[in-house]
Amino acid sequence: MLDLKKLLMGNEAMALGALRAGVRVAAGYPGTPSTEVLETIAKEKSRGHTAAYVEWSVNEKSALEVAAGASYAGARTLVTMKQVGLNVASDPLMSLAYVGVKGGMVVLVADDPGPISSQTEQDTRTFAAFSKLPVFDPASPEEAYLMMADAYALSEKYQTPVLFRPTTRVCHATASIELLDPLPVGEPEGFVKDARWVIFPKLSYQSHLRIEERNKNLSKELSDYRFNTLCGSGKKGIAVSGVSGQYMREALQMLDIQQEYKLLNVAIPHPFPEQKALAFLDRLDEVLVYEELDPVIEQELQRLCGVHRLPVTILGKNNGFTPTAGENSTENALSVLRRFFDLPAAEPEAPALPPLPVRPPTLCAGCPHRASFYAVKRAMKGRKAVFAGDIGCYTLGNAMPLDMTDTCLCMGAGITVAQGIKHVEPDTVCFSFTGDSTFFHTGLAGVANAVYNGARIVSVILDNSTTAMTGQQPNPSTGFAATGEPATKISIEKVVEALGVQHIAVVDPFDFEKSEQAVKAAADYDGVSCIIFRAPCIAVSKPKPKLRVNTEKCTGCKRCVREMGCPAIVKGENGKVAIDASLCYGCGLCLDLCRFGAFERGEG
Amino acid sequence: MFNILLCGVGGQGTVLASKMLANCAIARGETAHTAETIGMAQRGGSVVSHVRIGADAFSPLIPQGCADTVIAFEPAEGVRVFPYLKSGGRMIVNTLPVKPTTDTLAKASYDAKEMFAFLDAQGTDYCAVDGAAIIAELGSAKSLNVALLGAASALGAVPCSLDELESVIRTAMKPQFCEQNLRALALGAEQIAKKC
Repeated sequence: MLDLKKLLMGNEAMALGALRAGVRVAAGYPGTPSTEVLETIAKEKSRGHTAAYVEWSVNEKSALEVAAGASYAGARTLVTMKQVGLNVASDPLMSLAYVGVKGGMVVLVADDPGPISSQTEQDTRTFAAFSKLPVFDPASPEEAYLMMADAYALSEKYQTPVLFRPTTRVCHATASIELLDPLPVGEPEGFVKDARWVIFPKLSYQSHLRIEERNKNLSKELSDYRFNTLCGSGKKGIAVSGVSGQYMREALQMLDIQQEYKLLNVAIPHPFPEQKALAFLDRLDEVLVYEELDPVIEQELQRLCGVHRLPVTILGKNNGFTPTAGENSTENALSVLRRFFDLPAAEPEAPALPPLPVRPPTLCAGCPHRASFYAVKRAMKGRKAVFAGDIGCYTLGNAMPLDMTDTCLCMGAGITVAQGIKHVEPDTVCFSFTGDSTFFHTGLAGVANAVYNGARIVSVILDNSTTAMTGQQPNPSTGFAATGEPATKISIEKVVEALGVQHIAVVDPFDFEKSEQAVKAAADYDGVSCIIFRAPCIAVSKPKPKLRVNTEKCTGCKRCVREMGCPAIVKGENGKVAIDASLCYGCGLCLDLCRFGAFERGEG
Repeated sequence: MFNILLCGVGGQGTVLASKMLANCAIARGETAHTAETIGMAQRGGSVVSHVRIGADAFSPLIPQGCADTVIAFEPAEGVRVFPYLKSGGRMIVNTLPVKPTTDTLAKASYDAKEMFAFLDAQGTDYCAVDGAAIIAELGSAKSLNVALLGAASALGAVPCSLDELESVIRTAMKPQFCEQNLRALALGAEQIAKKC
């Protein structure tokens, strides 16, 4: 049989690349666009394809520390997260850069130019320079698969964690990839007691000296790295990194460029491959730098030009030649190239499109979050209240008509932001909304802070038994581990009780009356109160019999549409509403909401 | 290089359809890439899948004006990606609209006729597929994606024959889903045969 390539998503390719390199311990926290990396390892584990240990950690800091311990013991490890997760893991990472590792350690941090599904456009390449760690920047799933082995080799050679930074278009693109044989990797030596594992000021000073020296040497060594490439000739140069290089190559192929040019691809932006870059800059007049997020390559080239007094004009983000924010694209690369090579602008583009339907993200029909938000909204009608939201599907509670998310900052911040507002506005009822996974991620400290400092907030925990936004990963409240094996289930109510919360209610948000009463009682309580709304996400539960509209009873008042925003309730005949049976999950929230009893539950 | 853009609404199965096309090409020993652009919504949001067949495709996304074929699972989504269609490229459009969830709140409703009027005005080479009839015949909307692939293949608008698609369905899908999808593939192809 013909040995065919396999269609793999970038995230799958990186996971298989890490397993090929002999990863023994993998840990991470879900976050788009990184999630499928660890999911793939968990899948391989449950299929019996690997003996590696894999876990969804409670947060990125925990994941990195678990992996650090395993690397101290000589095992090859992988840590996965999205870019903002690195902020949470930065405390251990900054110190680990000084301490170093024994078993190779790759910290995979997925960046999200755009951003498409993130809070920030931070650049992990900049974080690499800050933490003084090497960083790999793959341009495609194919390259990412091969690079993974290089990353482990470099990590072990220099006994340092290394960063691996794909972007969304590498993570979520698929490519036909030829899977290679596993690399020979020895058994972990085990933990050997040594003073080097205990960080102390004196040790850190020596480490700092060593790191600076190492990075100087690495800059030379990495100039010959196989994916740091240089080709072409002429007076003009183009420098690229990551997927922007792919857009640039596509655009160069599409344009008829008569002039000669050099093309530099920087696959390891830190430590910067200086010799390679100097060879690139040699005899150039003008350089176009095309990269996403921070002007990392651009500033390195400017620095080199300064140090070596090279009369080269560098065009990029700093002088507004390329976009300073957002995602790059082939379309944008074409327009940048036309300016760079003085080519005529493209002919006028396609015609104006007719008005198109807007399809904003909404909570699914049957989502328990809608019921929870609606209960709080009803209970607080006419009262001064602020709703501090958090990261997860429930951020969508901000959409009309619910309009129940007034703030959203970062993981776990809802609980603490609500406290700050309460200190300034004591007469306002300050709610925080936190998902079950977010609660374990960084919510516990916020609850402890409220109790300790006597901030009278209402902490609402939306327990839908899964980490829904990133595609239903288990978490400590679910009773399952990453591989689907049973795990110890941690009770959220017992945790908040142990943290000192005295008023705790556990309610099914679809119980209309009880939910409203629970919210009122919590809001009136003189102290920190907590409501746990518990009902599973529709993705992890079975639908109930669908609803239908009794057109005799429906008066067409549209109260259901105005107040609830369920996507399954649609326009019907004669100004009445109807149920879209393909969307209805049978949650029955509309049964209680309608004053005319127009909704009826269908048969089994 | 051959570029196929599939567009629709979350839940319509564009992603799976794009993987089937890529797997057809890989089975022939060709290089294939796919990429998705999706919003935060799991359901109900606009979804675009890019399929690029050939070793000279660098970008994971098809550049505007470069799609040889657009398969629109929904009329308005087809118009939304119109700038991607290359001049002389072809479109396969499901005539059945998916109303946005905002429709119940908004005063104005969206009319699929306006979408086809736009395509006509542009002189677009498109083939309308009666998705409603296919769904009625199949008794479910789940395999509409495969029916649209069947139509595109029968029209010669994708470099994947019906036989190749059938073989991909048989290898990739669980036996209990095979029959329904093979039926959908045939129904999509039949619609083209009727038109010719």
